[in-house]
Amino acid sequence: MVTAGRRVYLGVEEISGPLVFVRGVKDVGYGEIAEVVTSSGEVRRGRVLIVDGDRAVIQVFEGTGNISTKRARVRFTGEPMTVKVSEEMLGRVFDGTGRPIDGGPPPMGGEERDINGSPINPTSRLYPENFIQTGISAIDGMNTLIRGQKLPIFSTSGLPHNRLAAQIVRQATIPGEEEAFVIVFAAMGVKHDEAAFFQESFRESGALENVVMFLNLADDPSIERTITPRVALTVAEYLAFDCDKHVLVILTDMTNYCEALREVATARGDVPTRKGYPGYLYSDLASIYERAGRIQGSKGSITQIPILTMPNNDITHPVPDLTGYITEGQIVLDPRLHQQGIYPPIAVLPSLSRLMKDGIGEGYTREDHPNLANQLYASYARVQQIRNIAAIIGEEELSSVDKKYLRFGEFFEQEFLNQGDANRTIEETLDLGWKALGLLPVEELPRLKREQIEKYYHPWG
Amino acid sequence: MPEEAVGTVIYINGPVVKAAGMAEASMMELVYVSEERLAGEIIALEEDVATIQVYEDTTGIKPGMPVFRSGSPLAVELGPGLVGQVLDGIGRPLTVMWEKQGPFLRRGLQVPTLDRDKKWPFVPVVSPGDEVKPGDILGVVQETPLLEHRIVVPEGAAGEVVRIAPEGEYTVTEAIAVIRTDGGEREITMMRRWPVRRLHPLKERLKPSVPLITGQRVLDVLFPLAKGGAAAIPGGFGAGKTVLQHQLASWSDADVIIYIGCGERGNEMTDVLRQFPKLQDPRTGRPLMERTILIANTSNMPVTARESSIYTGVTIAEYFRDMGYHVALMADSTSRWAEAVREIAGRLEEMPVEEGFPAYLPARLAEFYERAGYGKVAEDRYGSVTIIGAVSPPGGDFTEPVTQHTKRFVRTFWALDKRLAFARHFPAVSWIDSYSEYVDDIAPWWEEKYGVDWKGLRQRALSILARESELQKIVQIIGPDALPDEQRLVLHVASMIKEGFLQQNALDPVDRYSTPEKELKLLELLMHYEERARALVRHGLPIYRIQGMKVNRLLLTARHEIHNDKLEELEKLREQMDAEFDALEKEVVHPGEVKA
Repeated sequence: MVTAGRRVYLGVEEISGPLVFVRGVKDVGYGEIAEVVTSSGEVRRGRVLIVDGDRAVIQVFEGTGNISTKRARVRFTGEPMTVKVSEEMLGRVFDGTGRPIDGGPPPMGGEERDINGSPINPTSRLYPENFIQTGISAIDGMNTLIRGQKLPIFSTSGLPHNRLAAQIVRQATIPGEEEAFVIVFAAMGVKHDEAAFFQESFRESGALENVVMFLNLADDPSIERTITPRVALTVAEYLAFDCDKHVLVILTDMTNYCEALREVATARGDVPTRKGYPGYLYSDLASIYERAGRIQGSKGSITQIPILTMPNNDITHPVPDLTGYITEGQIVLDPRLHQQGIYPPIAVLPSLSRLMKDGIGEGYTREDHPNLANQLYASYARVQQIRNIAAIIGEEELSSVDKKYLRFGEFFEQEFLNQGDANRTIEETLDLGWKALGLLPVEELPRLKREQIEKYYHPWG
Repeated sequence: MPEEAVGTVIYINGPVVKAAGMAEASMMELVYVSEERLAGEIIALEEDVATIQVYEDTTGIKPGMPVFRSGSPLAVELGPGLVGQVLDGIGRPLTVMWEKQGPFLRRGLQVPTLDRDKKWPFVPVVSPGDEVKPGDILGVVQETPLLEHRIVVPEGAAGEVVRIAPEGEYTVTEAIAVIRTDGGEREITMMRRWPVRRLHPLKERLKPSVPLITGQRVLDVLFPLAKGGAAAIPGGFGAGKTVLQHQLASWSDADVIIYIGCGERGNEMTDVLRQFPKLQDPRTGRPLMERTILIANTSNMPVTARESSIYTGVTIAEYFRDMGYHVALMADSTSRWAEAVREIAGRLEEMPVEEGFPAYLPARLAEFYERAGYGKVAEDRYGSVTIIGAVSPPGGDFTEPVTQHTKRFVRTFWALDKRLAFARHFPAVSWIDSYSEYVDDIAPWWEEKYGVDWKGLRQRALSILARESELQKIVQIIGPDALPDEQRLVLHVASMIKEGFLQQNALDPVDRYSTPEKELKLLELLMHYEERARALVRHGLPIYRIQGMKVNRLLLTARHEIHNDKLEELEKLREQMDAEFDALEKEVVHPGEVKA
């Protein structure tokens, strides 16, 4: 049966959702790529999910529409899914599986890489500790992004997560370094105008030459989405670890990715867990998110900013929940702040950057940064409590200290968080934080060191 | 090592592979799949078909490929060379894999846990002619400045020492002793192989009575854990499980730390590897790495090896326990382990019960936590394994199966509260939902050692916190100012306890670790404050005068301003506090009136 080039065609036995069942296979390996040729000669690719004796189950990426059991033919490639990687991909646009859709020819040269990559040996990782200045106070001051981090944006429909992501891409710099980031952008099931927004934004900032785009749009086959982030990250790994570039990866929208995964899981009868998602959703997401970081012996890095919309703005939904367990923090957007016209509407209390501790403070940003951020968090959390009480007993009934907290809260939201498209330096951000704390009496600031109070604290208001 | 292929692959579904021709094989036997020799374990047998969970990626595995038997169950190598290592879930040293493969993990590499060529300085402690029995020490190896590796007589090797190696350097496979047993003469090397899934029982189990001192105030004082006990840390993402586990691994007063990164982030392991060689053990001043063993099976590494990582870790813990050491094992996170169990069960099409988990989940959890224990390991030696498991409940919901079943098998429960984490109150250990059943067992230890009514002190702090939580419900309706001053004092003192005692900054070089003395003195000071303030408020001093005391800020910052070795400053603080109270007292207590 094994013939040169393995051009062995087999008939399809059964089709169920995105899955195609084939009988009579020989020498087919788990995970290899199969090609299904429809009666009209169209070639669709898929991956072997199960091999059971002479039977194989194939997950078809481009959908099973128009495939008939009688006339379709299947052949096996003997290889896992690969993508050809090269520096020439910069400035180009590809579909969700890595085929060019910008009218240009496929990139010349380059080498084929397995899109599943390989796990990074944890002992060979380099701990990320370079502060990225995004120019956004709520991020730089309170949830600092670090080069090599994976920091998702948790949003919901109608919020400006795309604007925020585009702003981060535009403004992200390492203070004191010249080199710009290279962008790998992967869209999974996003609308045409969203993709166009990003393209336009990259063009305006003159970054287009440094961007590789992979677009699986809302009307593209949904199963294809399960490979788009892997294709993108394979290219990102090449650019980072082979070409020593600093790569910023935007993955949007991870919720669409997870839904596609659920579709496949349901079709093959996997045991459903919460909201019908398969039990391996965590491991599957980890195989994407863990492809970020720095490794010893390479100057490059991969910083990931996945975007996901939380169905019903529910942070306990499996997609944000499992994401939060894997990523190194999260930036949460808040519809309430958005309604008040505050941009970016970042809810700082549920937001978090786990790597912040190692990239801020003396020698990184400024010596007061860790304690300042800590105090701002504590004080702003207190504002929320006081607002709850004020809603019941009325603001006039509050003690004078509590009233000061409300003024602090107001200033913090309107001046510190709300910044529009301004690009602030880290010093501006920190000074603004101190200005906000100046509205509170010094007794209320126990998390700051004595010498920091002396140096930066100026009561006012 | 297997020589001949016995079975043939007939089915592949992710990490689950079935092979025919395996009639001779036994359950849980270690096998190797394909010429690449991917390690796997037999988890079901039906006639001659074995179901195998493979510890590595199975991409490209095809029907017809060979399967090799090993003849023995999955085991881990034990001996000098473990300390300071980073092992994967099946015991392969990751640093060696990095040297051989580069920064990305490739499958099919077989590396022994222990270096076969390295020579260790062995010092005998028995002489020829001595009678020895299992558990007795034959000799020692100073493995690191912090840890003396004791080579004990293995099971079933009682008898007379015929030969013992003289002091010198030996590899782990060289014979260092010969013992004449009933079954003939037996050569003993420094290396052992223990099956990982079997419990290695304590010689004599005793009731835990000594606390594991963690240097974390909220744990040591309010919700203590005993050496040989088991604790769980449940918490949603961002609640601080991992930071707390790192704190425990850094500062606990155990002799050996086993840290299992089970299905968690790669960078967290890197963080430990980066920090531990630099951080000093507060008791000896030596780098923490000299007593630490890491097991890393991060979330993107094969899910089956994640399942086994827990067992590999606890087996190593039992090995050191039997030398007479106190071992603390941290598993982060047991939920990822449970999910690995679920994933395998799903691929075997087993009947799911709750949330897709198989019916045997509670039994597996019990087996694991029961491997904790304190007891006698030899005539004059005691050892323990303390287990601390992090739990990651989906959506932060503690009613889910893993949290609920874990609760049945642990006696200390450190519930992390997301609301505390949002306010950056760390460690976010809830004083309402957490508990410890070891309080009575270890109270005598505190009293004997420090002469303090630890239990009473603890109880006072807890009741203030409990009252505060009740009062907060009223405050939510009528506001704090409507409460009588005595109740407002409870709110005030509770917030002082939270800010000045319960919170502990893991990043602050002073605050991150408190000695037991500092823990006690700090809480005593706060309780003294409460007592004096209460007396004054009862005499009619307005609450705002207490809230405005100068000493308040000093009390709140003492945790990070006063060093562990400068506790006399706390005495000064107490004097300052008393002076301020005395002045206030003059205003409300008239001469001749009896003080409260």
